Amino acid sequence: MRAVQWEIVVGLEVHVQLSTCSKIFSGASTAFGAAPNTAACAVDLALPGVLPVLNRGAVERAIRLGLAVGGRIRSPSVFARKNYFYPDLPKGYQISQYELPIVEGGSVAIRSGEVDRVIRLVRAHLEEDAGKSLHEDFHGMTGIDLNRAGTPLLEVVSEPDMRSSAEAVSYARTLHALVRWIGICDGNMQEGSFRCDANVSVRPAGSDRLGTRCEIKNLNSFRFLEKAIDYEAGRQMEVLEDGGKILQQTRLYDPDRNETRAMRSKEDAQDYRYFPDPDLLPLEIGEDWIAQVRRDLPELPQQMRQRLERDHGLSAYDAAALTADREMAQYYEAVVARLPDDPKLCANWVMGEVSAHLNGVGKSFDGCPLSPAQLARLLGRIRDDTLSGRMAKDVFGRMWAQAGDDPVAWKDRKEQAGEDLADRIIESQGLRQVSDEGELEGWIDAVIAANARSVEEFRAGKEKAFNALVGQVMKVARGKANPARVNELLKKKLTG
Amino acid sequence: MLNSSVARLSALLAARKISSVELTSAFLERIRSLNPVLNAFISVDEEASLGQARAADAVIASGEAQPLTGIPIAQKDIFCTRGRLTTCGSRMLSNFVSPYDAHVIERFDAAGAVNIGKTNMDEFAMGSSNETSYFGPVKNPWDVAAVPGGSSGGSACSVAARMAPAATGTDTGGSIRQPAALCGISGLKPTYGMVSRYGMIAFASSLDQGGPMAKTAEDLALMLNVMAGFDARDSTSLQREPEDYARDLEKPLAGLRIGLPKEYFVKEVDRDVARAVEAALGEYRRLGATAVEVSLPATRLSVPVYYVLAPAEASSNLSRFDGVRYGYRAPAYADLDDMYRKTRAQGFGAEVQRRILIGTYVLSQGYYDAYYLQAQRLRRLIAQDFVEAFRQCDLIMGPTSPTVAFDLGERSSDPVQMYLSDAYTIAANLAGLPAMSIPVGFGQGSRPVGLHIIGNYFAEARMLNAAHRYQQATDWHLRVPQACPDGAPGTRE
Repeated sequence: MRAVQWEIVVGLEVHVQLSTCSKIFSGASTAFGAAPNTAACAVDLALPGVLPVLNRGAVERAIRLGLAVGGRIRSPSVFARKNYFYPDLPKGYQISQYELPIVEGGSVAIRSGEVDRVIRLVRAHLEEDAGKSLHEDFHGMTGIDLNRAGTPLLEVVSEPDMRSSAEAVSYARTLHALVRWIGICDGNMQEGSFRCDANVSVRPAGSDRLGTRCEIKNLNSFRFLEKAIDYEAGRQMEVLEDGGKILQQTRLYDPDRNETRAMRSKEDAQDYRYFPDPDLLPLEIGEDWIAQVRRDLPELPQQMRQRLERDHGLSAYDAAALTADREMAQYYEAVVARLPDDPKLCANWVMGEVSAHLNGVGKSFDGCPLSPAQLARLLGRIRDDTLSGRMAKDVFGRMWAQAGDDPVAWKDRKEQAGEDLADRIIESQGLRQVSDEGELEGWIDAVIAANARSVEEFRAGKEKAFNALVGQVMKVARGKANPARVNELLKKKLTG
Repeated sequence: MLNSSVARLSALLAARKISSVELTSAFLERIRSLNPVLNAFISVDEEASLGQARAADAVIASGEAQPLTGIPIAQKDIFCTRGRLTTCGSRMLSNFVSPYDAHVIERFDAAGAVNIGKTNMDEFAMGSSNETSYFGPVKNPWDVAAVPGGSSGGSACSVAARMAPAATGTDTGGSIRQPAALCGISGLKPTYGMVSRYGMIAFASSLDQGGPMAKTAEDLALMLNVMAGFDARDSTSLQREPEDYARDLEKPLAGLRIGLPKEYFVKEVDRDVARAVEAALGEYRRLGATAVEVSLPATRLSVPVYYVLAPAEASSNLSRFDGVRYGYRAPAYADLDDMYRKTRAQGFGAEVQRRILIGTYVLSQGYYDAYYLQAQRLRRLIAQDFVEAFRQCDLIMGPTSPTVAFDLGERSSDPVQMYLSDAYTIAANLAGLPAMSIPVGFGQGSRPVGLHIIGNYFAEARMLNAAHRYQQATDWHLRVPQACPDGAPGTRE
């Protein structure tokens, strides 16, 4: 037990890599994984005489985020130079936005545990990424790869509104889902497309003054984010409890040792000598452009969640799970459009069977070999009693095996051919469920006759015995008996 | 042939009286004989030039010639030129072979011009005398004891000494106009944004502007027709309908209102310079122009404002010269910081280092507001003065430089005295206005005097018209320095 009740305060700075084909100030490709220095043009290399030209696509994506978080789109915003020397910073300055960022304010609603919270944003600004220094493999020298130099980033800065590592992770996850949802970032954290820096401080519970913060750099997974915050908050509490003071520092998280280490302190903070970049004019964004982006913005996850609860009658849990991923949500919507009477059935199958199969082969919903129409046809066969749920899973497995050979994902197919795949499998395999009373009674009578002991036990009040009998009937019927009808008829026979 | 204007040479080429190979060979020969003394060129590639000349002759033979096809042009060594040394007058780039062409170089190539060589300049265009070049000072062809002005001193010298019929320059605070004045030639700095800065090595991005240098205003117009134009690779490039800058050359000057800023005719101007400028204004009156007094009160702030803003931008622009990717790197160093320190201490000359220090200082935390922001505010005031003045006049005239060319070494130990050389030219850069200098006589020591003409935004055609009509009526622009062996004798008073 700690002597003092501490409160953790966290703010996040997230670097969202924007999904443009070319860089923010040059025409070079942003594709990941090219051979070193092959995706860097004269501008990225900062040859003498080259000049930056702003990528319109990067600005459009920033506007998209600004509108999605309800922020203000500032016009004009201004690009500034942040001056410092480092070998992987080719110009000797980074072009960023300093005093006048493109997005101001806004907020992100999160759900952490059972609690709904709103995290306010300070700003989001456009900037270019630096290159990479490679310290291994060069025999005491450093290699420089400038492929990443000039990659467009949107730095999203939150207020210090989070009160635990769990809330910070929840915010990061929500923002991660949002940037993918609105199509501005591929969200690939291994490749560095979504990087978090966490500002962490602690204070006695109930205090309204912020403690001295430390910034933890470059957290590239949600798990590291959580562990780094927990470690850092614990470290700060110990220092304070021992009567020490927190030094404002930049710290680096080491996942192998699960600890943070000081990189540099405020005292040796550099003077970046920011000033407006004279090579780039102030960025003016017209109302008509903003209106156009607003029109093209998809329904946001928050809005869709509410609609699924309200109009589809889904639980809060289901609605949240479906809207965690835009591709899954779109898939679900396409299924339910063909089966509007049973959203719950559609939701269960999309989140269950389809999701599990996709995970098994490492594919996303857009890459799903089975189309929503094909799935809807199968679910229709559950609805009209042709199949039991268990048989439907069997049919689905066969559908997957057949369609899995098709290298073309459903979204890319020109026509929705083979919509009747489920029906063809049901026919060819004779998988139609038996609901005919006479046929069912035949199987039931045979089972009752052969299982006198179970019948005895059931009549003595053992409910379990009933389930065993149902199982026997299904076995005799080789799985084809309609389980609801079996239940009904068996109960009538045994009690009647 | 060497004394002919570009316009005349163009006509001779078109009429097949001469070939571009002959023309190019003649200028290369001239460079070979004079450059060892005058040092106007940093690099000359005779084979490359003759190759371009042969190609130009083929184009001319096919009837596809443009006005500058086959004309040798000297290129300031600030313009990146593919496959050729591009040094910017610095040790830092003394080994830099550019892998790409500047927009201006592309334009001249497309026009069929011949690149006759890369001209000497003050290091990174920082200087007013050409004495800061790593490749040694350029001499003034009118008097080899005098400086040619700077930073485009090599370009000005090459034209004045008939080593090239025309040249390119760049002008951040007067670097085209002041050397043009000191060497007795014509030079024009266009409206900011007219000539793309892509591939022009940056000194102070918000002030830098490329422009032509030649013997006559007509030649400047032909050159500007090639150099000006929108370039999507420069975000400050202006998107405008192309125009023919030679279209108004012959217009009469009757009714032209010439603004004479009272602040420009003060005792700081040497008497010999004032005399030549006043004589030129008399000529303009005879040509039908009227003079009106205007006032540019904020103009006295130009030099201090410039020496805050230009170094601020330069300190950042020159950060890329760090020894990591190209250019000079110190041969021995202990670690990364030491490599930076030694590379930049050895690679940059004293004047460049001085300006990087000034620029770093004025951008530093705690000084930014007092220097950089204040200078930006004053810059707007200076520009506003011109808006007022151009309500009363069409062109503003005065001396380009307060003195004629000074002696080599005379001011190199006194930076402030050196900075004052540009007192009249800087305001046009701060305001982004077009401005030019034309020769209007000689002063002390028979050194040339330049008349400064400032126009309103995009008034280049009007300015060239005024300069051309003056040159039709006078012959100052035809005088040839005596130092040039086979030129016509220069006029000495």
